[in-house]
Amino acid sequence: MTAELFIQYLFAGVTYGIIYAIVAIGFNIIYNTTGIINFAQGEFVMLGGMIAITLNALLPLPLAIAGAVLLTMLVGAMVEMTFIRWLKSPSVLRMIIITIGVSILIREVALHIWGEGVRSLPYFVGNEISTVNILGARISPQVLWVIGVCSVIVIALSLFFRYTMQGQKMRACAANRTAATLCGINPKNMVTLSFMLSAGIGALAGCVMSPITYTEYDSGTGLAIKGFTVAILGGLGNSMAAVAAGLLLGLLEAFSVSIVPLAYQDVIALSILLLILFVRPHGLFGRKDAAGLKEF
Amino acid sequence: MRTCLPILLLLATVVLVQQLTQWTGTPFYLTQLTMAGYYSLLIIGLCLVMGYAGQISLGHAGFFAIGGYLSAMLTTRNLLAYQDHQLVALADRLGLLMGRHDFFGNEILALHPWPAALVAITTAIVVSFLIGVPVLKLKGHYLAMATLGFGIIIYRLVLGTPIFGEADGISEVPGFPLLAGLSVSGDFGSRVSNYYIAWGMVIIAMLLLLNLINSRVGRALRAIHGAEDAANAMGVDTARYKLRTFILSAVMAALAGVFLTHYSAGIGPSEAGVMQSVRYVAIVAVGGMANLWGALIMGVVLNFMSLRGMFGSYDDAVFGAILIAMMLFAPQGLLRLALLARIKNLLTGKKDGAA
Repeated sequence: MTAELFIQYLFAGVTYGIIYAIVAIGFNIIYNTTGIINFAQGEFVMLGGMIAITLNALLPLPLAIAGAVLLTMLVGAMVEMTFIRWLKSPSVLRMIIITIGVSILIREVALHIWGEGVRSLPYFVGNEISTVNILGARISPQVLWVIGVCSVIVIALSLFFRYTMQGQKMRACAANRTAATLCGINPKNMVTLSFMLSAGIGALAGCVMSPITYTEYDSGTGLAIKGFTVAILGGLGNSMAAVAAGLLLGLLEAFSVSIVPLAYQDVIALSILLLILFVRPHGLFGRKDAAGLKEF
Repeated sequence: MRTCLPILLLLATVVLVQQLTQWTGTPFYLTQLTMAGYYSLLIIGLCLVMGYAGQISLGHAGFFAIGGYLSAMLTTRNLLAYQDHQLVALADRLGLLMGRHDFFGNEILALHPWPAALVAITTAIVVSFLIGVPVLKLKGHYLAMATLGFGIIIYRLVLGTPIFGEADGISEVPGFPLLAGLSVSGDFGSRVSNYYIAWGMVIIAMLLLLNLINSRVGRALRAIHGAEDAANAMGVDTARYKLRTFILSAVMAALAGVFLTHYSAGIGPSEAGVMQSVRYVAIVAVGGMANLWGALIMGVVLNFMSLRGMFGSYDDAVFGAILIAMMLFAPQGLLRLALLARIKNLLTGKKDGAA
């Protein structure tokens, strides 16, 4: 493998890896405040891309993306308020089935609105063939956009959780719901907020990746599976570890292209998922005793 | 004896429906009813895993695909070119091969459906054992995701492998000669006999499962569903019971796959898809989780409606909506809503809560 090819694969891996990481962080945000896995997380990413493409027909690109993020956040809030908010201590099985149902509904609505066709946003800078030369490898500027925006999302989120009042409230709910309630925090609102937040970051990731990966009504499912693999790989609930795990999976996939046929690429990710679930369900970076206290 | 009456009732209904379609001149309904019967075979197996043992499985379409695809591949793969190979010659001498002519008159020498089905079922047993041992240690989200992952792996393998026909699937699968004169195939002439074959299997499976859940095994499974740790402490070998139930349901799914594939003469990758697995879970949920009869009835009704195309292009959406509605408003299932119980009490003259 030449140095240029190596860098080419490296960038491809990092691009996909950080997208997976964003989806995984979306899972983690909701898991931390509610203890449920939102199987509709991938659909938020798809919705973000689709809405931005539609809005872009009328509005300039930045406004279209902003609109798409806001609308998807609204959808996230609506999903939470209609299906989750009023359930009293539902069982995990029930929640899994409900979120799977929600993901099917969103997908079917998208199918009836946008059809089966493949769509994409225009490239933010340049076009399909414009490249940037990095150490001899030719990289599309959009790849740099994806990596840049996703990195900003990760940093902004960790700042949000550490320094803002809302972020601290959400962390308090995640740590101990009862104690948080006693301190005057309304945990139900925090759950709504967490759905909005993960819908928002999912949508933003969906917008920046749309020019290179394209958007289809069912592109959410595959992403959700990858995102979940990454979330488990890093340890459920741990967002920073999800970034590392995402990059790991992305690089693994990118470099496996030269060995394994593309049709079987998903099989690799899923086999890793099963392996991790069987061997280290608390994740690569998680601690076993800490995981034992959580309820899955 | 408790199971005798409902089974006889089911038998009577099956015969009655067939007679009804004959009188009203609508024998074409039998085709969908036969297919719905085979799907029900899978669904009651899944009901045992989900409702009684309390383990969710989002990968049962995978077992269906293992059964269907393996028997389809083995019975359509032309071995004529390898006729002189030792293994093929040996199989031929043992009577395991079946020669026939395809649509264009070309000679085809392929594995007989019986050994093919045997291979398919054995594979399903082995795979469900290998997957079941580690997967059933997991709970909740992890279990759901692991079984979902298994289902998608099967789907991807089927979709990406040339001998399984990739996106086209496998077609021109021959009929399955069960006994002399009786064969599982989509011929118009054998529509009635096929209807009875399918429903005969469903009745046998129901009899088996009803006996199972009213036995020691059934009580153990319900104990696992209620509280796994408590069951373990009471001396129930939870891991073994869960695994056996899982394997049994995988075998039923694979059987459904084998026969449905021979019946409809082909199989496509959508049968292995995630949506298919979700659909089975939805039907078990509507039937009331721990309710074999509910699962059977809902399995027939919903599959029949879906196969008749009554939901149009909203087919998947309907199942998604059903899933949500059931989990939101009646997690115990439609057929055991408190409302129904109250109506029953009213009719039998009992006071509320007496039942």
